[in-house]
Amino acid sequence: MTASDKAILTIENLTVDFLSEGDPARAVDNVSFNVCPGETLVILGESGSGKSVSTGTVMGLIDCPPGDIVSGALLFDGIDLTELDEESRRALNGRRIAMIFQDPLAYLNPVYTVGRQIAEVFEAHSDSDVGDVRERVAKLLERVGIPDAGRRIDYYPHQFSGGQRQRVMIAMAIALKPDILIADEPTTALDVSVQSQILELLGDLQRETGMALIMITHDLEVAAAMADRIIVMNGGKVVESGKAQDVFTNPVHAYTRRLMTALPHRSPTTEPTPSAEVQGEILLKVENLSKHYVLGAGSFSPKREFRAVDDVSFTVHRGETVGIVGESGSGKSSIARMLLRLDEPTSGRALFAGEDIFALEGRALNGFRRRVQMVFQDPFGSMNPRMNVRSIISEPWAIHRDILPKARWNDRVVELLELVGLKGEHADRHPHQFSGGQRQRIAIARALASEPELIVCDEAVSALDVSIQMQVIGLLADLRSRLGLSYVFITHDLPIVREFADRIMVMQQGKVVEDSNTEMLFNSPSHPYTMSLLNSVPRPKWAR
Amino acid sequence: MMLGYIGRRAYHSIISLVGLLTLVFFLTRLTGDPSALYLPLDSSLEAREAFARLNGLDQPIYVQFLQYLQNLLSLDFGQSLRRNRSAIDVALEAFPATLKLAFVAMALATTLAITVGALAAARPRSIFDRVAGLVSLAGASTPDFWIAIVGILVLAVGLGVLPTSGTGTGWHWIMPIAVLMLRPFGLLVQVVRGTMISALASPYIKTAHAKGMKRHKIIFGHALRNSLLPVITVAGDLATGLINGAVVVETIFGWPGIGKLMIDSIIQRDFAVVQSTILVTAIAIFIVNIAIDLLYVMLDPRIRY
Amino acid sequence: MADITLPSVRSPGNLRQLAIYLARDKLALCAALFLIVLLVCVLFGPLLVGDLAGKLGLRQRNLAPFSLEQGFLYVLGADTLGRPILARLIVGAQNTLGIAAAAVFFSMATGGMLGLIAGYSERWYSHLILRLADVIMSFPSLLLALIVLYTLGPSIINLVIVLAITRMPIFIRTARAEVLELRERMFVSAARSMGASSGRILFRHIAPLVLPTLGTIAAIDFATVILAESSLSFLGLGIQPPDFTWGAMVANGRGYLASAWWIAFWPGLAILLTTLSLNILASWARTVADPLQRWRLQSLRKASR
Repeated sequence: MTASDKAILTIENLTVDFLSEGDPARAVDNVSFNVCPGETLVILGESGSGKSVSTGTVMGLIDCPPGDIVSGALLFDGIDLTELDEESRRALNGRRIAMIFQDPLAYLNPVYTVGRQIAEVFEAHSDSDVGDVRERVAKLLERVGIPDAGRRIDYYPHQFSGGQRQRVMIAMAIALKPDILIADEPTTALDVSVQSQILELLGDLQRETGMALIMITHDLEVAAAMADRIIVMNGGKVVESGKAQDVFTNPVHAYTRRLMTALPHRSPTTEPTPSAEVQGEILLKVENLSKHYVLGAGSFSPKREFRAVDDVSFTVHRGETVGIVGESGSGKSSIARMLLRLDEPTSGRALFAGEDIFALEGRALNGFRRRVQMVFQDPFGSMNPRMNVRSIISEPWAIHRDILPKARWNDRVVELLELVGLKGEHADRHPHQFSGGQRQRIAIARALASEPELIVCDEAVSALDVSIQMQVIGLLADLRSRLGLSYVFITHDLPIVREFADRIMVMQQGKVVEDSNTEMLFNSPSHPYTMSLLNSVPRPKWAR
Repeated sequence: MMLGYIGRRAYHSIISLVGLLTLVFFLTRLTGDPSALYLPLDSSLEAREAFARLNGLDQPIYVQFLQYLQNLLSLDFGQSLRRNRSAIDVALEAFPATLKLAFVAMALATTLAITVGALAAARPRSIFDRVAGLVSLAGASTPDFWIAIVGILVLAVGLGVLPTSGTGTGWHWIMPIAVLMLRPFGLLVQVVRGTMISALASPYIKTAHAKGMKRHKIIFGHALRNSLLPVITVAGDLATGLINGAVVVETIFGWPGIGKLMIDSIIQRDFAVVQSTILVTAIAIFIVNIAIDLLYVMLDPRIRY
Repeated sequence: MADITLPSVRSPGNLRQLAIYLARDKLALCAALFLIVLLVCVLFGPLLVGDLAGKLGLRQRNLAPFSLEQGFLYVLGADTLGRPILARLIVGAQNTLGIAAAAVFFSMATGGMLGLIAGYSERWYSHLILRLADVIMSFPSLLLALIVLYTLGPSIINLVIVLAITRMPIFIRTARAEVLELRERMFVSAARSMGASSGRILFRHIAPLVLPTLGTIAAIDFATVILAESSLSFLGLGIQPPDFTWGAMVANGRGYLASAWWIAFWPGLAILLTTLSLNILASWARTVADPLQRWRLQSLRKASR
């Protein structure tokens, strides 16, 4: 695909402000790009980089908070999009330019069937009298890979799985064979295996119809898998643009280079950092742990049992890091909640330093809670928004009165903040005044406050931007060698634990399917599910 | 599933109802001896005792209560002391007048409020929105007894175009309904406007724009359809509250409904009638709630009981 | 934009910001000013005009409004006993607002507390609390209040208790719903995993987050309670002479509509203006707190081209 074809969409020097009290906030600053028929342009950027705003302007979809196009031209097939009135804009949207979004459940109207919502595209563009609409909709659903399309046409959005909903959105978008499809983070909310199917579908459809595809993503692997050309955005500006392979292999701008080093699947740029020495002593021994839920006890259906965690056993040695990897619903988070005694198991034992966690009560349980701490996925949600950093970090001392005399609290908070790479004066701020990565550092400082031996990290970096993810993992690795901590690190992202975990357990539907040394798992995976996980990490387009 | 759900609802409602009737039974017994009200002041002690014995008032209060429960089970709601008739008949006789009034007021208030609220939300901060906002706030803030008096003062006494009270002609309906619907209308406009504004900002509206749908179809087909759900819930609560308004309106306009009957019976210490009106009102409210739940299921495919 | 804004975070800068938003909405500004004047009347009015409000004047009986001959206090006219209506309005404000404030406060305190318990615990008393809320909710509040007041006898304390009880369910339900949501939040799990006790979680982590919501509801409920109290007083079961509220003043004037309309008119208007101001302010506060709507109150400066 060459970029020399006549461009179907050209954006020149686009500058967009968001208006609010005081000075307008610049969301997009002097951005130019174009896209040609049949070509895929990826706009790569982290959250807040302005990548969604620039394409929202193309569809005329930014109004709240009120957006204001300060300058720039948007030319679609010779039409100036900034000059359109409502009616001509309507004639373009859905017919010639279409869009799919990140969260299809929210972007589909919950009270109408998917068939009706797709048919609305035909209706809106007075195309409903061409052929049998219902049949056309069914064909579309079949094309995007919805099984049993003829029947499912009458289903409501909530009756589909996440990946299927995105397929429905795609069916809606391609209904009238648009010239451009804009995909705004279309796979971010999906599991990796579903993600690769959706990307494949988009690629196939593009080949069939020859439409231009603009793909917005923060995910480097997705970008590499889809892009012919890439523009990288940061702080509302385009910092780098070019052919995909060039940008990936030879980044020019400092920001892009930093991004690329955060790409986990590539050969490790830093020394692999498995923990220095794994001492022989067993810290945690989990035996036949199970958690069952009873489902659907309706008046007509018999009770069904859902096995969230099914006979799981593993051990964690002192100083060791065990990664637990699995997709959503694999039971990995249930294990974390049980180990922290937030949920009770159906059966099984977990011995922490020789004592069964599930048998602990009262004082003994409190003692245990000091020695095991948890770092949660969403650092903002795991801190009380009303408390400042000082009271957040010192809460363990307020609960366990004997850890630290109150007079020492302030000094110790400062020490802990500095240990996790923050400043002592941050203690008086509230969580919302920090960025996501900083908040996770505060959460780590709080976990360290009670001087634990084991830290359970449940998707601790999943909510963070890629470049921040590596920093936080670096901090955890550094603390491990300095304080002799052990970790249970739970994630859905297999590559991310490669440099960090000593051992990895792969879970599927509540069961451990593979448990082995990290290097061995990556080099010679034995279970087919592990292999599919490794393979579903998208491959760069140019390497195929 | 649905039948099971209604069964559960009915079960809960019956518990609530029994609780309420128990409360009212004991409270009304505390107000004083009804024989003082029904017999001449100079009647003899013997006459009073005879009256009490006749009506079971000489028994200990718990015996009276057990007797009352037993009667309830056999659908006997006691005699009206004042009217010498079955109490439940008195209550049921007054009920249709209130029902008609409440139904017309509620239907008018809901339709008007949905139209006004949706139009206001479609053009936020326009002149129409501001006027609708102020009018609806005023509607929700007006003391109903006062606006009724002012209405009589201006329209009946001053201009003489409408009758002051009674039920005779269609003209008699205008003021009671206008006063009764004022508050539900005001509150509902607020709710419709609020839910419409958040519905219009929701992601599926963006999808509709991206599909190129016509503006009025987006507003009425997608946004209004979705915002009806919370509106129905509020309308249900307001229907319960409408009885409050009915008491005031019926008292002022002399409307022979259940609200007026209730006030009169409380003042006359006619226990059986008070309890019967409570029973009738509570059952009516229960039916309204079930109807609203059914409507909800019809409108929201995500809900299955 | 993904910014998370917490309306609850208050700092001097935010207060100034709020003042600016208030100044932008002229209607809300008027409402706020009216309420401030009213508050001053409540605090200092009885000291200044308290004697006059009870002073009988034969010469001023049924004096028509809009004449300054008898002094400015008679500008709204005088009642059947020749007492200046303006002075009585000022004195009545204290009872009207005081009763409503006390009722709202007690209903928020008890309802909030019960709701916290019902939301956090799953023991039998939680179910009892919810059933209690159901019983109160399932029946028109005014009727319930009428029955209870007639039983216990009308007095200011009973009035406050009855009003507080009838408004309690909304606090119970809101507090419970908030707790149910909050207790699943991750910071509660975090606190539990650190070993925090139930009491600590409930009062240190959950209650401070529920309080602002309850406060908002209390503010909105204040207007409702004023209306409820005046309805009760109008029906004669609320406050009793010699004490009086605006609602009781309307009731007194009702008999003289044809001859002296102003006796009933002014106190009703006072109720309307007060509740309307409260509702306007509440609606303004909702706009400010809603990130989807807040920008409507902002001055949007475009960049120079």
